[in-house]
Amino acid sequence: MTDTTASLPPGRSAPVKPFVSASLREPEPAPVSTRGPVRWVRAHLVGSVPQVLLTLFGIWLVYATVPPLIKFFIVDAVWTGTSRDACLAEKLGRPVGACWPFVWAKLDQLIYGFYPAAERWRVNVVYWLGALLLLPLLIQKLPYKRLNAIAFFGVFPVAAFVLLTGGDLDLQRFLLGNLGFGALFPAPAAKSGLSIAFWLDFVASTVLVTAIVYGISRFLSGAEGARSAAKTTLTVFAVLAVVLFVVDVPLGLPQVETRLWGGLLVTLVIAVTGITVSLPFGILLALGRRSSLPLVKAASIIFIEFWRGVPLITVLFFATYMLPLFLPGRFTIDGLLRALVGVALFASAYMAEVVRGGLQAIPKGQYEGAMAVGLRPSLMMRLVVLPQALKLVIPGIVNNFIGLFKDTTLVLIVSIFDLLGAMRAAFTDPNWASPTTLFTGFGFAGIVYFVFCFGMSRYSMALEKRLDRAQRH
Amino acid sequence: MSDARLSGPPPAPSRRWSWTDPKLRSSVIQIVLALILIWLAWSFYANAQSNLTRLGIASGFGFLDNRAGFAISQTLIPYNENMSYGRAFMVGLLNTLLVAFLGIVLATIIGFLMGVARLSKNVVIKALASAYVEITRNLPPLFQILFWYLAVLSTLPGPRQSWGFGIQPVLGAIGSGLSGIGLGFLGGPLSAFAASLAAPSVFVNNRGLVVPRPIFEDGSMAILYALIVAVVASIAIGLWAKKRREATGKPFPVFWTGLALVILLPLAASAAAGFPVTVEKPELRGFNFVGGLRVIPEFVSLLLALSIYTGGFIAEIVRSGIMAVSKGQTEAAHSLGLRTGPTLRLVVIPQAMRVIVPPLTSQYLNLTKNSSLGVAVGYPDLFAVFAGSTLNQTGQAIEIIAVTMAVYLTISIVTSTIMGWYNKRVALVER
Repeated sequence: MTDTTASLPPGRSAPVKPFVSASLREPEPAPVSTRGPVRWVRAHLVGSVPQVLLTLFGIWLVYATVPPLIKFFIVDAVWTGTSRDACLAEKLGRPVGACWPFVWAKLDQLIYGFYPAAERWRVNVVYWLGALLLLPLLIQKLPYKRLNAIAFFGVFPVAAFVLLTGGDLDLQRFLLGNLGFGALFPAPAAKSGLSIAFWLDFVASTVLVTAIVYGISRFLSGAEGARSAAKTTLTVFAVLAVVLFVVDVPLGLPQVETRLWGGLLVTLVIAVTGITVSLPFGILLALGRRSSLPLVKAASIIFIEFWRGVPLITVLFFATYMLPLFLPGRFTIDGLLRALVGVALFASAYMAEVVRGGLQAIPKGQYEGAMAVGLRPSLMMRLVVLPQALKLVIPGIVNNFIGLFKDTTLVLIVSIFDLLGAMRAAFTDPNWASPTTLFTGFGFAGIVYFVFCFGMSRYSMALEKRLDRAQRH
Repeated sequence: MSDARLSGPPPAPSRRWSWTDPKLRSSVIQIVLALILIWLAWSFYANAQSNLTRLGIASGFGFLDNRAGFAISQTLIPYNENMSYGRAFMVGLLNTLLVAFLGIVLATIIGFLMGVARLSKNVVIKALASAYVEITRNLPPLFQILFWYLAVLSTLPGPRQSWGFGIQPVLGAIGSGLSGIGLGFLGGPLSAFAASLAAPSVFVNNRGLVVPRPIFEDGSMAILYALIVAVVASIAIGLWAKKRREATGKPFPVFWTGLALVILLPLAASAAAGFPVTVEKPELRGFNFVGGLRVIPEFVSLLLALSIYTGGFIAEIVRSGIMAVSKGQTEAAHSLGLRTGPTLRLVVIPQAMRVIVPPLTSQYLNLTKNSSLGVAVGYPDLFAVFAGSTLNQTGQAIEIIAVTMAVYLTISIVTSTIMGWYNKRVALVER
């Protein structure tokens, strides 16, 4: 026993004697039940003195906030009226809460901005089309996901663009024309409608590019590879031709300039464009970041970290004030388009990090298995890794979209009127200046933002749970 | 059975250049990428040159020495409109750092409180914390800034009807309240006592928050030195106590000793130097307050919105961090005889920090970046002063936006480096 004592650390003196019970112990009584309303209240509300104080404090807080809010927004609220007079306490002779007629009067402005009243049906068609295409995409059980995704991410943006702007872009020059060979296509410039010069240019460019691709790939990988490369190139040009034709053909819709757009329309246009554009670029950047080619990797990392390291508002300023200086003088870019470029750059960097998370979550065995069956790197990514990775990051993409939706408010700093900007503009209307107008407006805008963001975050959480279950098998 | 193909030397590659050769392919891709990047950079440069000449915009950083000519509503260092753009830049940068630092501190406090409250057994507290988190996270930060600025702070009373804060109006109100409900024998003396006290010295009105301003006279440095000595001594005591605890197991009240040192030592120094710090109280003169220190409402609204918004996100991070510590850890700590407080402090939180720190870092960075939204209400931060006023006056978009972005990038990189270092310290050391 002495050597045990000696080896003990200096703090402990005597060794503990082992204790063995001589008799069986009495069984303990069954634990106190925690079921039943009384027990529940004791466990969750009034277990101890601090608990009681906390409960009282919480109840007081609810009492101090909820009834006044209900009183303000519902009980004391004014529901009908045509001007500020309806919302003045001295005219009504009673305390006045929310001034809802203000919101009704400004509703069109909040939804459409200054979009011409006669053309608003076009915005409505876009809203409905978007909702009809998006809903089945969000419901997991429905089939034809691939077709649906192509319709939403490919066809819908083009259709929305034509509907919202009016299309009829009057395209004059394609590749060769812009490279200084415009003289080759001397057809008279069409003021409206399809320009012959443009389409001649397009056909010539297609032939030329396909020939170059064919030549290079024939030199690099033989006749068979060259044929498939040429086929891919032609397909890309064919899709491009369809898109360009649709935005170029005069449909007789009056043009609506983007500076007339506003309100929810701008909020949704920016958020949806941001997410649609950032998806392909984000995937490319994420793949680039994991590439083994040092230059590709470095370029991707610098791009991603740069845009993630600066505030969105500096990006918007960059796109609004700096980008025009970097482009040839003859280009004048629309204000909304500049903001969209900024948002797209910013969103792509964030999307890349989301996708990278998914790529990293794919076990190495999947890569090795794909290589073992002889897939090329590009096919391995397309057929094995990306489908699994993208499915994993859908919640992340939805979260990104929520962030982007909230960030669209920033465009009001570069004088584009989104929902919040339109609301702020509506506050300045002297016809509706009353003591409660501000709170009503913030209440309404807050509810709209909350419904969108909260709904999406719940959706993303449900999706995450589903994916978790699917992962466990 | 001898197959020539098996026994002979391997067939020579039919083609010297093959696209399936990974080496060749990677060089080709990288060369093409390099060419595209060089072309982009060159065309940006050339276009910028011709555009700047065409628009008659100067280039270079010479403008930083020119007279700024605009006033700034909140300056931490002396500044007036005759000073240079460079000085204005520094003022803006300090304002950004001030709001970011205070915002991070407040958001962390709010976030930890709310995160723990969301895990509370008390259902009322839990529901309230959940409501807080859901509401603040789902409203855009700019919306919140504008809400505080337009709907709350600008509807406060004007300077002449300011809300005064101090013990006097509170006691006075209680006194008159008691008199009002028929307890005049209690309320009267209380009101009289309140009237004998000094007038309130903290005021809130629609032009901001007015507080007394400390004036440091000769000998104030002694207090600062005493404070530094107290902090250093506390750290030394902490290290010594840790060593002793590891050797003997005896605990030492480090926190209380440190607190006593930090409070008492500067107080003693102040007494020795004959109380060199006096207070200048704000006074209502005419239509506004004179003297004192005015905190502008732009700052208050930005700080409130940023810390409340980010606090919601930090609450979620804290909650998931604590939930990531397995329940067995708590039970084991309880069975060792640790009470709830020490269990949290010594067992759960150190382990939760490993999960919390990386996302917390990105929230700190987000808060710093979001501080640029102050431009919407006119808070003179780096962005408003430099990319706003200076850009408007000089038109040198390229230099100004590049510098602004560089500053935010630097702040991001420095913060993430510091937090990375901290994360390495708390990370699990795996064998």
